[in-house]
Amino acid sequence: MTSRLSGSDLTLAYGDRVITSGLDVTVPDGSFTVIIGPNACGKSTLLRALSGLLAPRHGTVVLDGATIGSYRAKEVARRLGLLPQTATAPEGISVADLVARGRYPHQRLLRQWTPEDENQVAAAMAATGVTALADRAVDELSGGQRQRVWMAMALAQQTGILLLDEPTTYLDIAYQIDLLDLCADLNEQGRTLVAVLHDLNQACRYASHLIVMKAGRIVAEGEPGQTVTAELVEDVYGLRCEVIADPQTGTPLVVPAARALRAARLER
Amino acid sequence: MRRRITVRAPGVAVRLDLRTLGVSGALLLAVGAAAAWTVVAAGVRLPVADIVAILDGGGRRADRFILLDLRLPRVSLGLLAGAALAMSGAVFQSLSRNPLGSPDIVGFTTGSATGAVLAIVVFGAGPAGAALAAIGGGLLTALTVYGLTALGGGAVSRLVLVGIGISAMLVAVNSYLISRARLEAAQAASVWLVGTLNGRTWEYVRLLGLALLVLTPPLLRYGRRLHLLEMGDDAAQSLGVRVHRSRLVLVLLAVAACAVATAATGPVAFVALAAPQITRRLTGSPALQLLPTALTGALLMVLSDLVAQRLLAPAQLPVGVVTGAVGGVYLAWLLAGQWRKGN
Repeated sequence: MTSRLSGSDLTLAYGDRVITSGLDVTVPDGSFTVIIGPNACGKSTLLRALSGLLAPRHGTVVLDGATIGSYRAKEVARRLGLLPQTATAPEGISVADLVARGRYPHQRLLRQWTPEDENQVAAAMAATGVTALADRAVDELSGGQRQRVWMAMALAQQTGILLLDEPTTYLDIAYQIDLLDLCADLNEQGRTLVAVLHDLNQACRYASHLIVMKAGRIVAEGEPGQTVTAELVEDVYGLRCEVIADPQTGTPLVVPAARALRAARLER
Repeated sequence: MRRRITVRAPGVAVRLDLRTLGVSGALLLAVGAAAAWTVVAAGVRLPVADIVAILDGGGRRADRFILLDLRLPRVSLGLLAGAALAMSGAVFQSLSRNPLGSPDIVGFTTGSATGAVLAIVVFGAGPAGAALAAIGGGLLTALTVYGLTALGGGAVSRLVLVGIGISAMLVAVNSYLISRARLEAAQAASVWLVGTLNGRTWEYVRLLGLALLVLTPPLLRYGRRLHLLEMGDDAAQSLGVRVHRSRLVLVLLAVAACAVATAATGPVAFVALAAPQITRRLTGSPALQLLPTALTGALLMVLSDLVAQRLLAPAQLPVGVVTGAVGGVYLAWLLAGQWRKGN
């Protein structure tokens, strides 16, 4: 298994608050890697470290054979894209203009709009299905459309690795599936994807490689079918459940135990 | 849909927005016209033929003095100070994501005045010393405000609140210093309470011109990063902007531009506050653009000074009185708008 992006012996912290320590992680090339785990288990923190946004207190993140911190900022941005949770579109900006900002790492002061820039922006909008919205203002769009536009911006960045921090949050279920389908398409075209997701069943359906975290540690990883068991879910989330085969895809489907059953367990 | 033209040549590939280009052209013409009108007709009328003769080395001595030593330095300084304040305002409004995050609201210009007043009243400084102290006072205030803002978690949006507090305290300090000063010192110092272009010589123009020559190229270079920073730190950094360093460089450049402009003219209100927003409305562009903003600032300053010179002629008002009066109305309108949005 080859890997362009990995982290070893990572200690990640915000100020005095240590989130993880001694963590090793490898993102297989060409995989759709999904990180799951309960709230505040360090999923997003790990993603920030992998993208170079958060410098590890200890340990190293290696991108293409070199420590991520040893690259120039624009060089990292040409190899690895990140769709953060907190991006805000400037008031009134058009879809095409926002997507074009993804070209920044490829541009120089006097070379801002080469034919290559133009083609990549058009291709990114086509791939995400937002070409028809090009002249609309981003703040007029629905949540699902807006998320597609941000995806287009990250695609215009033209990187082989794309990291997504909870891309489906605040979207209704149709838009969630729509966005995950888009991710699967991008993965099939050869991009390595790493996403933090909340929904276990969606993670099982779409991930080729699953990383399960609990309290700052990786407790299980691998192909979803071989990783997700009722014991694991109970251990990680403290939720009693049954794991069955998804009737549509055959991947693990987590069905929480009925309330009466869980109450009986509490009494024991 | 915005119309654009793409310019491509070996080594160059840029896309220009037609409306921004048109607005910039119109602003340039307006600035030229306002400056020319000030030179010809602020006070005693100097016919164009006389001006040509003077620039050629002839003309009457009195007219030469009026043109070369009074009006030209005055209008040049107005243009430069307006442009410097406007760019500084655009940078701070963008970084704080708030149209109120402007150096004249958050106390930087008041801090410059405190520096100058302190130098005059306590140390008996002359005009050059006062100007230097103004630069120092501005930088120190900016450092304090920025430091206090960063201390509480670094949300740049808090800059406005911290700045308004500091600004109010500095106003009190300035009043106190002047109330304690001897008469002549108080008179010299009181000029620093309102910005003015009265009696400004070529030395001020040279000082500010030189400063802008140094500060403008990096400001324009960092202008695009400003647009990316508006999308949030994580988004900007994932596009390859080194967020903390870029923000620090932008803050330093903008503070320096504002401090030097204030050292040359005193604290002229409103230009830094209004120029970026006026330009944004004119260009219809969601992003603050530094060059057209600088032109708007220059235009506002020269027009305000023209009004200041003509309104109660022959008595000359400081330009800061005019900008302050107009700015008060604008500020009320801005606050009302923000209040409505907040509800």
